[in-house]
Amino acid sequence: MMEVSGSSNVCLREFGCEQSLLSRPDGSSSFVQGDTSVMAGVYGPAEVKVSKEVYDRAVLEVLIQPKVGLPSVRERSQEQCVRETCEASLLLSLHPRSSLTLILQVLHDDGSLLSCCLNAACMALMDAGLPMSCLFCGVTCAITAEGEIITDPTAAQEKESRALMTFAIDSTERKVMMSSTKGSFSVHELQQCIAVSQKASEKIFQFYRDSVKRRYSKTH
Amino acid sequence: MFSSLKQRVEDVLLAGDEFSFETDDTISLTEPVKPEKAVCGPGLRRSGDRLVVCKSGVLRHKPPNVFWIDSQQRRYVPAKGETVIGIVTAKSGDMFKVDVGGSEQASLSYLAFEGATKRNRPNVVVGDLVFAQFIIANKDMEPELACMDSSGRASGMGVFGAGGLMFTVSLGLVRRLLSPHSEVRSDLETLFPCELVIGMNGRLWVRSSSIQQTLIIANLLQSCETMTAQQRKELFRRVQQGAL
Repeated sequence: MMEVSGSSNVCLREFGCEQSLLSRPDGSSSFVQGDTSVMAGVYGPAEVKVSKEVYDRAVLEVLIQPKVGLPSVRERSQEQCVRETCEASLLLSLHPRSSLTLILQVLHDDGSLLSCCLNAACMALMDAGLPMSCLFCGVTCAITAEGEIITDPTAAQEKESRALMTFAIDSTERKVMMSSTKGSFSVHELQQCIAVSQKASEKIFQFYRDSVKRRYSKTH
Repeated sequence: MFSSLKQRVEDVLLAGDEFSFETDDTISLTEPVKPEKAVCGPGLRRSGDRLVVCKSGVLRHKPPNVFWIDSQQRRYVPAKGETVIGIVTAKSGDMFKVDVGGSEQASLSYLAFEGATKRNRPNVVVGDLVFAQFIIANKDMEPELACMDSSGRASGMGVFGAGGLMFTVSLGLVRRLLSPHSEVRSDLETLFPCELVIGMNGRLWVRSSSIQQTLIIANLLQSCETMTAQQRKELFRRVQQGAL
């Protein structure tokens, strides 16, 4: 973990989640960060067409549906980010020749959309009981024109920022699994943002733990 | 590691938590030291010299040395020896294709029934329900079912289903129903007499003396998933008194 310098702001908006809310998918979840809200559904391990199957591992397909309109190139690039993170943390070799489908529906976008998608995806994969080697969470940082680092920015803050970065952090070693950045920033600022994101991820992982504990304490 | 595992029994663990094989700093020279052996069940994987949790759930322990993670899931993954309820979907040559709710359809040979020979074929048509057990079920091969045990007797397996209702529940509820002193099952026994077939792939089949009673039992079992023991007993009592 890297050191966090003084002028950074590690505060996240209020977040909440709900698991197993949909009846048809094998796992589902809804994650809310401030006003941004994403719902996720997971199907799998299920049958796969012979043309798409891989002999030694499961095939993961991610679909992101925007709130309005059809999926476009922006959703395709976000899907790639989510898919690479999930493939790195799922144990796909335990289900060869099957398919896993993850569908994310954007309910409201008020900034930090990609990290909200990542968090909803992780909770849905846990809800479906798929074997994973580690959990992951998404944190978004924005650098304002004055050089201040804001975590979990709203849409208004994202618009005024000069750089926007999203990192996927893993739960075992707090390392960066995926990064998606936009804008101009220096190497030092990048390292600071990574440190801030690693610190913020602690809160999210603690939240995962608490919500899973609450879920398993109910049904006994 | 044994002690660190035992400390966390009945704790909720997340995927990625690990237990390492710690060696004691001092090993006694006078007493014989036996190697510890831990049997890891579903949800625990060995990676190098560490034991990693790969599914989120509650850590359970059965003495002397069996540990596993109890997790809630809806999707079934075939495992050898488990008895499941399958739906026959196709007949191709000498094999039936059976849908068990997993990622692949399982195959069932027509000779795998009690008393079946090449001349005396079993009476199975597409759409029938079969209660069978897995004889081959691993991630690399197509799963295979059989409607008889290793000595050739049916022991309850085979085609069934006339007059009843099949529905799906989560795997956790099925395991609770099949556990030795199941509370849910004993509560159910206080209601109407009924016939119940439990498939470990999350499928249940119920038949009672009238259609209405069958539907009531099906609805009760489906709602048992999300209720605490208190709420369940309350609901069963209301049904027994005839309020529903």
